[in-house]
Amino acid sequence: MGSTALSATHGAFEDVSHGGHVHHHDDGSKTLLGFWIYLMSDCLIFSALFATFIVLAHATAGGPSGKELFELPYVLGETMLLLISSVTFGMAMLNMHAGRRNQVIAWLAVTFLFGAGFIAMEVYEFAHLIHEGAGPSRSAFLSSYFTLVGTHGLHVTCGLIWLVVMMDQMRRFGLTDATRRRLSCLSLFWHFLDIVWICVFTFVYLRGAI
Amino acid sequence: MFGKLTLEAIPFQEPIIMGTLAAVLLGGLGLLVLLTRMRMWGYLWSEWFTTVDHKKIGVMYVIVALVMLLRGFADAIMMRAQQAMASADAAGYLPPHHYDQIFTAHGVIMIFFVAMPLITGLMNLVVPLQIGARDVAYPFLNSLSFWLFVSGMVLVMMSMFVGDFAATGWLAYPPLSGLEYSPTVGVDYYIWALQLSGLGTTLSGINFIVTIMKMRAPGMSMMKMPVFTWTALITNILIVAAFPILTVTLVLLTADRYLDMHFFTNTLGGNAMMYVNLIWIWGHPEVYILVLPCFGAYSEIVATFSKKPLFGYTSMVYATAAIGVLSFLVWLHHFFTMGSGANVNAFFGIMTMIISVPTGVKLFNWLFTMYRGRVEMSVPMLWTIGFMITFVVGGVTGVLMAVPGADFVLHNSVFLIAHFHNVIIGGVVFGCMAAINFWFPKAFGFRLNERWGKASFWCWLVGFYVAFVPLYILGLKGMTRRMNHYANPEWRPYLVVALVGAVIIAMGIFFTVLQLYVSVRDRKKLTDPSGDPWGGRTLEWSISSPAPFYNFALVPRIAELDQFWEDKQNGVAYVQPAKYEDIHMPRNTGVGVYMGAFGTVLGFALVWHIWWLAAIGLLGMIGSFIARAYDQDVDYWVPAAEVEKLERSRLAKLQQLHTTQVVPVAPSRQKVA
Amino acid sequence: MHALLSRLRYASVGAAVFLSGCNMEVLNPKGDIGADEKSLILIALGLMAIVAIPVIVMVLAFAWRYRASNKNATYAPTWAHSTRIEVVVWTIPAIIIAILAVITWRSSHTLDPYKPLESNAKPVTIQVVALDWKWLFVYPDYGVATVNEIAFPTDVPVNFQITSDSVMNAFFIPQLGSQIYAMAGMETKLHLIAREPGSYAGLSSNYSGEGFSDMHFQAIATSQDGFKDWIAKAKATPVVLNDETYQALAQKSMKVPVAYYGSVAPGLFGKVLNKYMDGMQHEGLPHEGPPHEGMSHEAMSMDMHHHADGDAMSSPITAAKAEK
Repeated sequence: MGSTALSATHGAFEDVSHGGHVHHHDDGSKTLLGFWIYLMSDCLIFSALFATFIVLAHATAGGPSGKELFELPYVLGETMLLLISSVTFGMAMLNMHAGRRNQVIAWLAVTFLFGAGFIAMEVYEFAHLIHEGAGPSRSAFLSSYFTLVGTHGLHVTCGLIWLVVMMDQMRRFGLTDATRRRLSCLSLFWHFLDIVWICVFTFVYLRGAI
Repeated sequence: MFGKLTLEAIPFQEPIIMGTLAAVLLGGLGLLVLLTRMRMWGYLWSEWFTTVDHKKIGVMYVIVALVMLLRGFADAIMMRAQQAMASADAAGYLPPHHYDQIFTAHGVIMIFFVAMPLITGLMNLVVPLQIGARDVAYPFLNSLSFWLFVSGMVLVMMSMFVGDFAATGWLAYPPLSGLEYSPTVGVDYYIWALQLSGLGTTLSGINFIVTIMKMRAPGMSMMKMPVFTWTALITNILIVAAFPILTVTLVLLTADRYLDMHFFTNTLGGNAMMYVNLIWIWGHPEVYILVLPCFGAYSEIVATFSKKPLFGYTSMVYATAAIGVLSFLVWLHHFFTMGSGANVNAFFGIMTMIISVPTGVKLFNWLFTMYRGRVEMSVPMLWTIGFMITFVVGGVTGVLMAVPGADFVLHNSVFLIAHFHNVIIGGVVFGCMAAINFWFPKAFGFRLNERWGKASFWCWLVGFYVAFVPLYILGLKGMTRRMNHYANPEWRPYLVVALVGAVIIAMGIFFTVLQLYVSVRDRKKLTDPSGDPWGGRTLEWSISSPAPFYNFALVPRIAELDQFWEDKQNGVAYVQPAKYEDIHMPRNTGVGVYMGAFGTVLGFALVWHIWWLAAIGLLGMIGSFIARAYDQDVDYWVPAAEVEKLERSRLAKLQQLHTTQVVPVAPSRQKVA
Repeated sequence: MHALLSRLRYASVGAAVFLSGCNMEVLNPKGDIGADEKSLILIALGLMAIVAIPVIVMVLAFAWRYRASNKNATYAPTWAHSTRIEVVVWTIPAIIIAILAVITWRSSHTLDPYKPLESNAKPVTIQVVALDWKWLFVYPDYGVATVNEIAFPTDVPVNFQITSDSVMNAFFIPQLGSQIYAMAGMETKLHLIAREPGSYAGLSSNYSGEGFSDMHFQAIATSQDGFKDWIAKAKATPVVLNDETYQALAQKSMKVPVAYYGSVAPGLFGKVLNKYMDGMQHEGLPHEGPPHEGMSHEAMSMDMHHHADGDAMSSPITAAKAEK
């Protein structure tokens, strides 16, 4: 719950940030610094999960190992969805800077679709593994695998909710200072999750499959 | 429908708990009736619960912490009484089942719900004032942090009456804390209480880092920051770096308990030693998170009451930073006896000792601040001197246990208990008491009564030694910690003395309560009209007591380390500007309260496996948060005229005092607002 | 440096005299390890006293001398820096810590609980299993087992092999020296020797649940003959420790009286260890050697063999893994 709620609270950094000084009328720098620090703390969460995974990677308890379980082409498909969603988010940001609201909303919607596709594939993958008898309670290795990958998935899900909220805010409020700031934070968050996924892909799937 | 929750969860058969419950219910009911009859609810809600003012949030943290201190201390007295009785394998009055929960709760409460809120509260109250800011960077987030902390606290308190609390020791080592060996809801309460309050702590850590990095008054470079702010900065960096590890550790334990996973179980590849490592990677920095702000408070106090600048400011800053870094490289000293091998043990032992160098430097710096000063023995200074002596003893025993060979016979003994109470009471509690006495006028506008403050100090100081020197000796006699009863009757006299010590400390706590009561009663006599009751050096003393809600009418310009002190020397401390400006302020909001309440619901539902209720709690939290993101009315302007009225009346009062002079400032020289 | 250390030892005699007045078991050791640890404690305390005592005296002296009412004392309201003092306050503690660090490095190796003791006598091996809430001791060389009591001859090294069939505990005989954790699925080692005959209190020093307070045992150090008699007494007990009786014993119980098993099913200790270690087997890797040696998990075997590896410095992260 910790990490879910943690990522669910990201927005708190910005919606009050102009409550400071007149003279420091917020240029967004406070918000972005705060959000960066939050991302660093989230990064530590993932680091701890990665460390745990590495310690337990061989603790398969006679159950299946990564080599037997992981289907690289499938995971590559997931990876592509997420990578493309980062590109489409980049398009949304370009349009934001150009001040084209409708295009921003459209690109966010595209990003949402790719993100949702990623989550759907992950859910299917998990369901498949559990069905095969390789669920998280089978071994310490699988526990750490499901927790690490699942935590990333949970973050992406939070990102999806945030995307919906931002699309709606964009529609209602347009490109205000506040929505721009929020969108910049979401953009950081989204790319951050992409980087984490690349680590997941490398350390969990590639390393496990070789 | 109600998951694991049945009426049997309430321990009707335990007279001690039921008595407490009755007292809490009656007292709570009395309070509710009183507040209702005094028509206080509206005031409390609009002025306190929904506030985003860092000063009020700070005060609320301290109040909750002091209330929880009473609970945690009641646990301590019960443990001391049990051990004083249960000699020669006598049963005492607490069965292991109950006693084990008490020592767990004592540790958890004292660290998470007393020490943490005390330092968070003090940082809230002081940091923005010291750096010349009008609030923290994210005022709403600050309120949310507080209410998340409260929801964790509510869960801990609830566990006493509904179900049970963890009986695992305060760090809940698995496999003991796993489902197989702790099947009741106790550990679940522990997990969710810590997750909720830990989330609040992480968020407030981020908040303070940004506040200190981004909101300092113009001219205040890093090396012109007051030392307390420096220690607060390092502490919050440690919080942001350490608390995520706690979050993960508890998530993994949760996965083991709720989802049948195998991170720390004995079976299927689990590795309990990983938990021990992870929890201490958080746990050791946590110790410094608690003590560093207290070091900061001592630094301010010792300089103020010696009437001299702090000796060696620069080395103080570097020492603080060094302690911060080193605190992440020593965690293994908590388990030298796990068989890590001589090289690993020696490495961590030596790293631990190295921390004592910057810590020792700090002590010397405080010493040389007193040197050639005019040391006023006020209550905050007494606590500081008491700390300096006590902390040396605690430091010595700490370094002793950092030697793996010595730790092999001292580990887990009551010698260890004496050591960490030595540094936590001597360092953190004394520091917070000193700081509360020091900054109280800034929060409330009147000083605390000196007489009862001194009485409290002497009881704590004497009580501490009477309570813990016997434990040092017992540790050397081979007594281990967490014993419900023991065979060796030779231990008993020492434990009786320790109980006496605890009773003396209880008197100290009573005198603090009395001090608060007497001070409120005599608040007119103790009033602080100048806003600078101690001859302070830093910015918080330049404004009125209590501080106005906007803190600074004009944002000060900083050129010196102790700017306010310099201004006083130059006779320009109190200026009457030609013109005031409108001030932009955040509006109060109840969203923090709602999210805290939903958090409590979520935690409680998860503890008892009431899934539909958990869904309501989670959706409630997320929903309130999103709703907040749609709120456009989050701020307002204080008109310049109103600011001017408040400030003029204050300056007029200052003029009357004749002790200070108010000088006008021409618009051209006016400090940049 | 040796001269300094021995002088320190004398310096701490004063403290020792005071402390011995209370008859403190840890400072009244009955074996080599305990004796070394005692002098380590006293040396470390003596070294630190060099700084600690002057600091305490200075705190009191400065507070008194520079009290506000003493107008005779010098007042230097702006004095806040002195390079000379700063150098001294960084250097002196640093030197003391450097000396202590050297002592720490050496003593960590000489007192390493995994290090076998040098002796001409043939060591006695005792296998220790922590159970809820009692200690089971197996003498593999004699084929006997006991609950909550051990015996061994004086002047003979005792090699303890320790594990747990439940939660974490710690095996500790304060008057003989070091303690070490007992953990399921892992074998920790401890080497002790007693120099004086006697019956010493042993206990679990790591909280393990409800019955923890009664989880103590007697460690009897006796003569060779006394030990032989004790073994004979155990052997004469007609109770066998096999899978079945072990299962019964392993059930949760408190305040368990001393018990003897005249014979023990061979490999019992290995079975207890292996019960949890199977989980650590990597699929497909060969299962080799005796059970606890058979872990193919590299991190685990690292710990078991770290002595053989010489003094290669382990990084903290391998330390984290190494304990299993």
